[in-house]
Amino acid sequence: MTAGAAEIRPAGDDHLVETHQTGMPTVMVGMLLFIASEVMFFGGLFATYFNARASVAPEPWEPPPGGELDMALAGVLTAILISSSFTMQFGVWAIRRGDTGKLKMWTGITLVLGLLFLAGQLYDYSQLGFGIADGIFGTVFYTLTGFHGAHVFGGAVGLTIILARAMQGQFSGRNHVAVEAVSIYWHFVDVVWIAVFSTIYLLR
Amino acid sequence: MATTTLEPRSGTIRRSWVIEWLTTVDHKKIGVLYIVNSFLFFFAAGILALVIRSELAVPGMQFLDHDTYNQAFTMHGTIMLFLFIIPALSGFANYIVPLQLGAPDMAFPRINALSFWLLPLGGILIFSGYLFGGAAAEGWTGYSPLTADRFSPGVGTDLWIIGLALVGTASILGAVNSITTIFKMRAPGMTLFRMPIFVWTVLVTAVLILLATPVLTAGLIALFIDRNYGGSFFDPSVGGNPILWQHIFWFFGHPEVYIVILPAMGVVSEVLPVFSRKPLFGYKAFVFATIAIGLLSFSVWAHHMFTTGAVFLPFFSFMTALIAIPTGIKMFNWLGTLYRGKLMLTTAMLFALGFIAMFLIGGISGVMLASPPIDFHVQDTYFVVAHLHYVFFGGSVFGVFAATYYWFPKMSGRKLNEPLGKVHFWIHFIGFNLAFFPMHQLGLSGMPRRIADYSPDAGWTVLNLASTVGAFMIAVSIIPFLINVVASLINGEPAGDDPWEGNTLEWATTSPPPPYNFDRLPPIHSERPLFFLTHGHGHAVARDEDLDETHEAQA
Repeated sequence: MTAGAAEIRPAGDDHLVETHQTGMPTVMVGMLLFIASEVMFFGGLFATYFNARASVAPEPWEPPPGGELDMALAGVLTAILISSSFTMQFGVWAIRRGDTGKLKMWTGITLVLGLLFLAGQLYDYSQLGFGIADGIFGTVFYTLTGFHGAHVFGGAVGLTIILARAMQGQFSGRNHVAVEAVSIYWHFVDVVWIAVFSTIYLLR
Repeated sequence: MATTTLEPRSGTIRRSWVIEWLTTVDHKKIGVLYIVNSFLFFFAAGILALVIRSELAVPGMQFLDHDTYNQAFTMHGTIMLFLFIIPALSGFANYIVPLQLGAPDMAFPRINALSFWLLPLGGILIFSGYLFGGAAAEGWTGYSPLTADRFSPGVGTDLWIIGLALVGTASILGAVNSITTIFKMRAPGMTLFRMPIFVWTVLVTAVLILLATPVLTAGLIALFIDRNYGGSFFDPSVGGNPILWQHIFWFFGHPEVYIVILPAMGVVSEVLPVFSRKPLFGYKAFVFATIAIGLLSFSVWAHHMFTTGAVFLPFFSFMTALIAIPTGIKMFNWLGTLYRGKLMLTTAMLFALGFIAMFLIGGISGVMLASPPIDFHVQDTYFVVAHLHYVFFGGSVFGVFAATYYWFPKMSGRKLNEPLGKVHFWIHFIGFNLAFFPMHQLGLSGMPRRIADYSPDAGWTVLNLASTVGAFMIAVSIIPFLINVVASLINGEPAGDDPWEGNTLEWATTSPPPPYNFDRLPPIHSERPLFFLTHGHGHAVARDEDLDETHEAQA
């Protein structure tokens, strides 16, 4: 509460602002705009990737000597992350029905899948045999996958908050805009991974 | 009983004004914080400008060495752009936009506070290079490979990168907040095409910030990785590409020019109608011209890179020249507003008129630079410095001062002193032109930008001296401004709710407004609700298009 000598509307009243609103909730508008900026951020990173490939051509685009991308592990991680988008959405559908028990279950599963992805990515990094300083391939590989990983971590923090708030019974069928917002972000992170995976592993 | 239940249970506590200002989430207080913070950085970067101009006043190295000089112009450019002009206009947007929309606050008050507090943090980080072996010294554009760790080993460049990334994040969060506010918080009746022009320009600006700034963040991160973790984004010896930095920087940097100028155009479009006693001529044309500038701004970045030989000249030249069309439309809007108006030459109006004249010069030199043959000739000369100062200083900064004189009464409840304001304007205006107009000629006669010294035989001495005198005149003009602000805060003429007989909703509430902004709102049937409230009663003078809009709103 931030009021005092100069009377200020209590911060707790923020939700009142929305009550006369129609259309998309304010929080969702904010999250979608934030995601738009994130799209441009990854757009910049992808630009560096393709610029690097164009600069290296006609030399072959491949990891530095002694290094090799682990296609199988990356495939498994991709499957894990895509599944987590589904489990996330099951959670959203559950809370839209007012089913808080299912929300907790699906959010928990999503969180575990996300952490599994991060652990797998760290393991992958330890096995690759090249680093960020080993030429342009290493630089763009670790930057793209690393910043995606950082966003997965950010999403995992969001999921943890959702899970904690769900445990305290803060969500209901009518009041769960935070769940929707985090789910949108999680789907976005998933889509970015599909783009990263397709670009780095499939577009060889 | 009844009395206790009627009592608002807001849970308020009293606290000192220091804590109050440090923890506020009120958009008006945050707006004031933005503006005060911006002016502090303006004075710091202005002192650096005086240092630069003193060094250049006459040939020979006066009192700086080359490295200190490089740091001075780098910090001057970076601080002026990222910590003065953009945040100053953001501050006015923060204060004014919710009021003009009839909203109680921004959509996300706490994110609003966060996006402000990242600014001083970022600015101090950028400046702190001076404490750790020298600030960044590669120019505000930070061109690669000069920024590579082996050419710029100091930690100052890293602090510059981190500080800019923080300031950029602040901008992005602010943009999310502005757009959400504009789309979700408008008062009943405030349709998109009844929004004040300033709100429209803030909206387009916020979209540009939202989509352009993250690209710079990506580039800054790439640069940081190159410098600190052995990356090779911009290092051609291991497959990188130094031109990539220019693409990334200017993909952000050109929309950035419009991020800086559009809100200032919005300010001018608020000030001109009020002091011409006329509505803005061609409201919708202005709105669509603003949107067109926003769209075009993403397709012109490589006109900064004509001489690299790596860009398609006809396309970028053509697209750049296209921007002159919506900009020209705006010139017609402004001139049409002035035409047969009952002009009141207040200080705010003088700065707005100064904006139009100076921005016209900057715009014309801009179209000249869009032509590759001219650009090849004057690339990296003082002609470019002259152009950018006419746009940024003659344009945006004049807009900032117009906004200051125009909205100060609303923010403080007291008017600024008009005679003192006019003294400020005329010294400022003459000093500005004396400082920057000679730079056109210096550039055409070949003086490169970013040099600390020049030959006495080059024939550049007189114009450089004139420019230095002009720079000090600008500095002198700030003295009456500061005296004016302090004296008016203490003992200024009380402003009342609506000292200028304004058109827009911010004048419908008290000066300064209460924390919740409005006790009641006038009916909103046009883009000038307050004008129709004060002048429309008793006459059935609703214009046809107003009626049309009302029907549309009801439909």
